[in-house]
Amino acid sequence: MADVEDVNKPLFAGLSDVSIAEDIPVEGDIAVPVRSQSGDDEISTLDEPVKDTILRDLKAVGQKFVHVLYPKKSSALLRDWDLWGPLLLCVTLALMLQGGSADSKDDGGPQFAEVFVIVWFGSIIITLNSKLLGGTISFFQSLCVLGYCILPLTVAMLVCRLVLLGSMGVGGFIIRLVVVTASFGWSTFASTAFLADSQPPNRKALVVYPVFLFYFVISWMILTFSPSH
Amino acid sequence: MASPDDLKFQEFEEATDLLAADPGASTLSISSSSAAVSSGDVRLDLSDDEDNQQESSELLGGEKQTSGFWTFEYYQSFFNVDTVQVLDRIKGSVMPLPGRNFVRHHIRNNPDLYGPFWICATLVFSVAISGNLSTFLSNKGDPQYHYRPQFHKVTIAAVAVFLYAWLVPLGVWGFMTWRQNAERQTSAYSFLETVCVYGYSLFIYIPTSILWSIPFGWLQWLLILIAMVISGSVLVITFWPVVRDDTKTTAFATMATIVVLHALLAIGCKMYFFQTEELTVSPSSPTTPATLNHTALITKPQ
Repeated sequence: MADVEDVNKPLFAGLSDVSIAEDIPVEGDIAVPVRSQSGDDEISTLDEPVKDTILRDLKAVGQKFVHVLYPKKSSALLRDWDLWGPLLLCVTLALMLQGGSADSKDDGGPQFAEVFVIVWFGSIIITLNSKLLGGTISFFQSLCVLGYCILPLTVAMLVCRLVLLGSMGVGGFIIRLVVVTASFGWSTFASTAFLADSQPPNRKALVVYPVFLFYFVISWMILTFSPSH
Repeated sequence: MASPDDLKFQEFEEATDLLAADPGASTLSISSSSAAVSSGDVRLDLSDDEDNQQESSELLGGEKQTSGFWTFEYYQSFFNVDTVQVLDRIKGSVMPLPGRNFVRHHIRNNPDLYGPFWICATLVFSVAISGNLSTFLSNKGDPQYHYRPQFHKVTIAAVAVFLYAWLVPLGVWGFMTWRQNAERQTSAYSFLETVCVYGYSLFIYIPTSILWSIPFGWLQWLLILIAMVISGSVLVITFWPVVRDDTKTTAFATMATIVVLHALLAIGCKMYFFQTEELTVSPSSPTTPATLNHTALITKPQ
């Protein structure tokens, strides 16, 4: 054994001094991280009543509505994005815009599908545009912001329909014009408050202009809505 | 912040031709702090992508691209413009000067797709909205007239404008490249530069279409004339240096075709979307009045 060890001695010089029979102090923890009983959370969302789940989602949507109505620079809208709110608003807007009158089939206001396509397709194009220009916001966050900021315009649509129930003359038109213009400004301002920070500084105007055009088109659709008699 | 275009002292035509001959000497925007974005990522990555952009920009005059067309960076290279540059290009399209070739002077080997796309989109909506407004204004006295939003016009306008802005540059570029290969001419423009020129040249129609809603016939025709002169001269000044080396008939035929197609778009839009007081409310088809005016325009002296 000594001869064999002699050959290996230069390589493992220090190792042969250590005797395995002695106590080698070993320190440290060997702990395997176990998700101990945090499975309670998952089990609980499956077990909770459906009412709780729906209410939780509705509360999140409502909270974001409040953020849109009082736009200050908060990241809540961006962090916890969801698309329920935009879907709700888009469907409401499209349903309300749909009742427009028409003499011939294609002379009237936008159909439900047209409003849907304009809102979603427009949001997607604006998001792509902002990303291509070098923005750092993610795709769904941008869709979420643009969709939620349609809320003032939906409120304006409600007001317009109420006004149209009352008077159809010039006075009613002036009221509708003022309301729609105010909510258009509000929507644009709210969405730029959320989106502006994620753009490179010398391209901000390039990103804001399509948002302006998008809400302008929706405002025009709301303003020119004329109900069937 | 001084844009790169402010750094030139005097503009001679030879200089711009030299720039054309050697695309490697392109003047790029130095603000290349574009974030390399992967979708779904919120982090700001400030790695300078300048090498990639420079390569892909100087090769845009040629046929190869550095990144494949399926990557996001390939398309990002077409949006490498700042606000100042876009505004400068719009200004150049509205005020054409005989010495300043739009492609050499304003685009400078950095064609972008932002301008053409959003100018076309704005034009679509401005034509549709102003047309609706002009119909309303010209029928205000009629007690039986009910206001209609006429939303289907947006679809038609969108198809017309976007087809024009993409198919006509394709045709012009294809023709120029074929002539270049057949006759060994000076370099033709790349496809993107052609699309860029056409897109920016449509900008003048946006304020024109808004002014068309005023229902006076003579005013509308005057506006068409002014817009066509400005827009047509941008195109003529841009394409003449490339075409003039060709045979005389081909050169004149090319320029005439470009001008005529541009005029057709303007007149077709006006006839279809806008009514003056003497016409009826029903929208006429865009082809019949366009062919009538086609013969009238061919006799215009060149």
